[in-house]
Amino acid sequence: MPLYNEPSPLEVKVLSRRFGMANSASIDTYLATDGYAAIRKALEMTPEQIIDEVKASALRGRGGAGFPTGMKWSFVPRNSPKPKYVICNADESEPGTCKDRLLMEYDPHQLIEGMMICGRAIGSNAGYIYIRGEYRYLIEIMDRAIDEAYGRGFLGDNALGSGWKFDVRTHSGAGAYECGEESALLDSLEGKRGIPRLKPPFPAVVGAWSCPTVVNNVESYSAVPFIIRDGGAAFAALGTPKNGGTRLFCLSGHVNKPGVYELPMGFNLLRMIDEVGGGIPGGKKLKAVIPGGSSCPVLKADECDLAMDFDTVAKAKSMLGSGGVIVMDEDTCMVKAMLRIMRFYAHESCGWCIPCREGTTWLRKVLTRMHDGAGVRGDIDLMYDVARNMLGRTFCALGDAAAMPMMSFVEKFRDEFEAHLDGRPCPYEHAHELAAV
Amino acid sequence: MTFSPELEAKFAKLLTIYPEGRQRSAIVPMLLYAQDEVGAVTTELIEEVAKRVGVQPLTVDETVGYYSMLHRRPMGRYHVQVCTNISCLLVGGEQLYDHAKKKLGIGNKEVTPDGLFSLEEVECMGACSWAPAVEINYDFHHFVTPEKLDKLIDDIRRARVS
Repeated sequence: MPLYNEPSPLEVKVLSRRFGMANSASIDTYLATDGYAAIRKALEMTPEQIIDEVKASALRGRGGAGFPTGMKWSFVPRNSPKPKYVICNADESEPGTCKDRLLMEYDPHQLIEGMMICGRAIGSNAGYIYIRGEYRYLIEIMDRAIDEAYGRGFLGDNALGSGWKFDVRTHSGAGAYECGEESALLDSLEGKRGIPRLKPPFPAVVGAWSCPTVVNNVESYSAVPFIIRDGGAAFAALGTPKNGGTRLFCLSGHVNKPGVYELPMGFNLLRMIDEVGGGIPGGKKLKAVIPGGSSCPVLKADECDLAMDFDTVAKAKSMLGSGGVIVMDEDTCMVKAMLRIMRFYAHESCGWCIPCREGTTWLRKVLTRMHDGAGVRGDIDLMYDVARNMLGRTFCALGDAAAMPMMSFVEKFRDEFEAHLDGRPCPYEHAHELAAV
Repeated sequence: MTFSPELEAKFAKLLTIYPEGRQRSAIVPMLLYAQDEVGAVTTELIEEVAKRVGVQPLTVDETVGYYSMLHRRPMGRYHVQVCTNISCLLVGGEQLYDHAKKKLGIGNKEVTPDGLFSLEEVECMGACSWAPAVEINYDFHHFVTPEKLDKLIDDIRRARVS
């Protein structure tokens, strides 16, 4: 299968090593390249040993929050008499993020095997992959892979002849960013509107159909077969302390070679833009980067010389998030960029809690009038204040996801907001028009 | 309602994959798959899905407005979805969407008079590194230029005529 973008020689291919192989999605290719060896090993291990190995790998949730995966698994009460569920969050919707697509398209069995190992660790007999509705072709690819795994006896009532039952099914979403939030995803899986739940209790205790549940991202599960096969220490060694392994970074925006690249955790952001992404088109200067999907605070160009792991990016007061690295050159209007991001959050707010529903909508309105040249001086502080009052005051992280970029854009690019005041047209659109002449 | 054998098979599978007594879980996938065949989420379809999963029609109805891919009115045979979210915006997604409006002569969520095309400005569809992106029904198109979009649309029109 052709790749969407050329690989980079700087990549460290662990999760993506089968990308681009002939028939990479087929079970035969998978079996010929160590496939299903890890689950065989896991079947010989105790649940504690599996969880300890995942803890030792320093694997942190790839959906965005970066929570240690092994610890998440350890929270499931294995002695509970209720069924336990392994849920894969394949609702990839964070603007800037397009990696889970590739993991399912090129290596669906790696995901299935990762879910099986989790199932073994928490004492589960069933897994569901919640895939966003727009990814219909991936639901078909996953269903074919699941059928193959049943056909070879890897899934089913007697998985790998072990006497352990494990089923995996796909479930289609139908268009809702909010369903990427794990508790909203569970409500959606149950056939309801995807509204976040009050936590605690966390899904590990009360999750799908009120049963103990692990929800992990596609990339998190896809890392697990390597961790069990080669050991947690081997995975941890690929990254930086407390940030094990590699990361599928999605480079987008103003770079010469946008693409999804698997790089070690802690890879330098400027090197990523210049050496992996081939620099900025037209030899333009870097203005800003959103390092982990649209919900992360923006970094100014002079803040970008940093290691891309969860802790270092957090120290720079942003987040590694979902791995969506959005690059903006010197001609980008930051008011317009923020407006587009806020339009998204206002559209996707589920409306359940007021600070998010009202906050995102009003911020969209104020940003719209400001970008149109009808803003007033007090708007800049007003927007900052509204965002600050949303932060930490909502059921789920969507309100924060809208507030954090808003506050960082005002803090770091206040001059650009001011340049839109007093009825002046957007200075950047003017520049684009001149360039077009 | 009667559906194609393929859709009936999908429904039958959906009713078996969730835990016993949790068939309500099938509502959203059933609505989406059925919409592909019926053309829209009609009142009749809502009642049918409700009957099959064993809930009140209102329980199904209240999910419809939440999910942006579910439409109560029929969209075109080819639903052209143009992303203008941040990654696409930075590389011309907005100009592409404006071009699509002119090319098709319709606005957001409108349908051409012949029912062949509809247009929607959509949120991020997961193609950020290969932007700007367009999805026509369930087919992704990457690095789309106005010329490439014209060709996609013209090719569909030609195929329908011949």
